[in-house]
Amino acid sequence: MNIIDLSMAVVYTLIFPGFLFTAVIGLLLTWVDRKVTAVIQSRIGPPWFQPFADIGKLLSKKMILPRGAHTLAFVFAPFLSIIGATMAALIIFQALFFPGRGYVGDLIVLVYLSALPAIALIIGGAASRSPFGAIGASREMSMVLAYEVAFLTGILTIIIKTNSIQFSSILAYQASHGAIAGTLSGLLALVVFLFSLQAKLGFLPFDISEAETELIGGPLAEYSGAGLALFKISRSMMFFFMPVLTVLVFFGPVHATLLSILGFILKLLLVLVVLIVIKITHARLRLDQALSLFWYRVSVIGLAAIILAFFGL
Amino acid sequence: MKPLEWCFKKSIWVYHVNAGSCNGCDIEILDALTPYYDVERFGIRLVHTPRHADALLVTGPVTRQVRERLVRLYESTPDPKLVIAVGACATGGGIWHNTYATLGGLENVLPVNIYIPGCPPRPEAILYGVAQALGLVPGVVAKQEFAESLSAEV
Repeated sequence: MNIIDLSMAVVYTLIFPGFLFTAVIGLLLTWVDRKVTAVIQSRIGPPWFQPFADIGKLLSKKMILPRGAHTLAFVFAPFLSIIGATMAALIIFQALFFPGRGYVGDLIVLVYLSALPAIALIIGGAASRSPFGAIGASREMSMVLAYEVAFLTGILTIIIKTNSIQFSSILAYQASHGAIAGTLSGLLALVVFLFSLQAKLGFLPFDISEAETELIGGPLAEYSGAGLALFKISRSMMFFFMPVLTVLVFFGPVHATLLSILGFILKLLLVLVVLIVIKITHARLRLDQALSLFWYRVSVIGLAAIILAFFGL
Repeated sequence: MKPLEWCFKKSIWVYHVNAGSCNGCDIEILDALTPYYDVERFGIRLVHTPRHADALLVTGPVTRQVRERLVRLYESTPDPKLVIAVGACATGGGIWHNTYATLGGLENVLPVNIYIPGCPPRPEAILYGVAQALGLVPGVVAKQEFAESLSAEV
């Protein structure tokens, strides 16, 4: 690898389509989230630069290490979160912008990487020596076991339908056979996907691990300044690339025509608005309710989708 | 104005501390946070842990019981931070200014950035006070420097 390749890889990871691109668009979408919430609650809502002001302020503040916390794990967890989010975003956006650069199995890698922010939250919460952090970490652990199963059934349906574990060939399949969401099993998998997305993003009714009213932020309770900012950025990056992933794998690829790009943006906003409206019209579930919802209902729908996909429906 | 200073003024997360208040000021603070006043359009948010906070909204005359917790809360809040005394009691002790059970106002415990008097202050007054503390609107009282050091022995 010569120096040009290396610098290209750095630009690729840090600026476009990696960290900076995803973070900026993700923060803008966080504003969309807050604005839609405000409009539905008949308020005016924050100005568009609000998420950027929040992040800038958090980065300028002091980061307090709680007395007795495990320093290495406590400081490392926000970085783990942001690294996982950046790498997952890279895989998705390289399928979107540079279709030739994928590799066999990048969908599997993506499943692992998109779980990293949740694992970082568990590490950070457990390392913070706060009872709120510990309870939040244990709840997050239970939730990961529940929603990752549902998420995997959604992914498996796609893999069985397209007979491929590579992103670009999934998109190519949809270009020739039509969108996956147009079939019965694909539609069921989309529902399962949206449920697990809601939990992955930590939105109501599944924000059980953070639970601001009872656990004062759970794993984030002891984070201040830059650590909190990194968690917030990785959360808003996920709020961008997970809906993009949903649109890509269920509604098909984007072509370089104006109509196709507009359609893609509309579908993306549709997925976002569905997530936001579910978030603001529901109260938080208890942990046992959420677990039984995912294990006995959502995962069962996912299994049904897998079986239907086997029969080619 | 430096960019980070601008960020601080546009995004202020408040933590609400009850230091022996009668709940009157607390209700007014909650009132200021309702959709009717919509403080989110100024970037003001209520947070639930002092680690996330930029400003402490303290109500009440600071009872002896709460003093130690108040100092710990102040120390748990990352710098830079504002301390805002809300209501007559936090401003100068109110009707408890010389009782045995209170310390007679917030200024005897923490360095206060701005006082919002009133029993209780109206939500508009609280918003106006926070805006003054941030320098978004000109102040009505001459600025005074707080010279005393924080007595942190707890």
